[in-house]
Amino acid sequence: MTGILIAVAVVAGVGIVIGILLGVAGEKFKVEVDEKEIAVRALLPGNNCGGCGYPGCDGLAAAIAKGEMPPSACPVGGEAVAAKISEVMGVENADNKRYVAFVKCAGDCEKAKDVYEYVGPKSCKLAQNNPNGGPKACTYGCTGYGSCKAVCEFGAIDIIDGIAVINKEKCKACGKCVTECPRHLIELVPYDAERLVRCNSHDKGLQVKAACSAGCIGCTLCARNCEAGAITMDRNLAHIDPEKCTNCGVCKAKCPVKIIS
Amino acid sequence: MNILLLAIGAALVNNVILSQFLGLCPFLGVSKSVNTATGMGAAVIFVMTISSFVTSIVYYGILRRFGLEYLNTIVFILVIAALVQFVEMFLKKNVKSLYESLGVYLPLITTNCAVLGIALSNVQSGYGILESTINGCGSAVGFTIAITILAGIRERIEHSPIPEAFKGTPIVLITSGLMAIAFFGFSGLI
Repeated sequence: MTGILIAVAVVAGVGIVIGILLGVAGEKFKVEVDEKEIAVRALLPGNNCGGCGYPGCDGLAAAIAKGEMPPSACPVGGEAVAAKISEVMGVENADNKRYVAFVKCAGDCEKAKDVYEYVGPKSCKLAQNNPNGGPKACTYGCTGYGSCKAVCEFGAIDIIDGIAVINKEKCKACGKCVTECPRHLIELVPYDAERLVRCNSHDKGLQVKAACSAGCIGCTLCARNCEAGAITMDRNLAHIDPEKCTNCGVCKAKCPVKIIS
Repeated sequence: MNILLLAIGAALVNNVILSQFLGLCPFLGVSKSVNTATGMGAAVIFVMTISSFVTSIVYYGILRRFGLEYLNTIVFILVIAALVQFVEMFLKKNVKSLYESLGVYLPLITTNCAVLGIALSNVQSGYGILESTINGCGSAVGFTIAITILAGIRERIEHSPIPEAFKGTPIVLITSGLMAIAFFGFSGLI
């Protein structure tokens, strides 16, 4: 019996001593923590899964509070959490202006010509090391080996008919594909931008025509007919400014190669 | 000489992860990039050395005196958790730079099985206070070696075409199994 009592007394004693020590230390070593960090931490799911690349939710909360990571950095919390965090952080709400990735190429297997048969590894980056940067005659367009698909954590990219196609609903605009694409084909555009030029070729019209039937030939018809002045020409390639675009659809109707969506 | 053998043995031969299978959660969880892995490793070295020292003092000073050796698990959990909390507070206030490099990993280690496991194996092997500290430090270095190597491998795996069924944790587990076999070769060292 005394054995049990001694054991209880010792463990309880250790517990009490530790408790007092920690309590005193907690007061003594008090540090002001960023209020935002605490608020963000409270919103995160808190299962410390490490899916974000940080060792735990605390790490991510600190990074978000400092602005090193976007509010949507938690892959578990998804949109709901991202929206709340962006409210706390005072940054533009993700829902208020939602961006999606957009692939500036429409040259699928039918439209874009191949100049040789490629049997190497199915990776856009490795294909870049080959002559012409890959089998496609067009050196600007999507090679379709899915490097962007491989980095997308949300399954928002599919390779359809040899080009990458973004699923607008699944895309979270994390920007990983934008940095991954060796041809810099992908850009983030507003979710509601309807008129976009699906070509990235700066070549002259004749060369574009020889390589692909879905390429911007730089005819400037769209730019001349755009009433809002949203279309500019940059080295034989039309570019639509989504800020100015009114979605009137004149450019789509005028485009002779039908590459404006 | 014995001390040196003890340290090397703890780091390589009886590697805490690869031959004792302790501390697998951070091994799999925080090994995505070499940077975070080394940060975690540094925090583990820090905590494991201190906790080995303190737990062996507690063991010889309190538990043994009252004949309560059988309570070592529960008391060690208490002591280690409190110690890590205390160290975290102390660093946060006084050594800001060290806190920023270790701080985020410290809470993760509070209840890490490797830290507790080493503290327990110290007393079970009958190590004194100095030997316990050396053993704790060596084991933590072994942990750092293993997690950094795995992180390096994982960074390369990212770029390889892995069969769908093995993506994610399975391929990491296979990799760590192969690493464990490789580390088995160290058993001839001492």
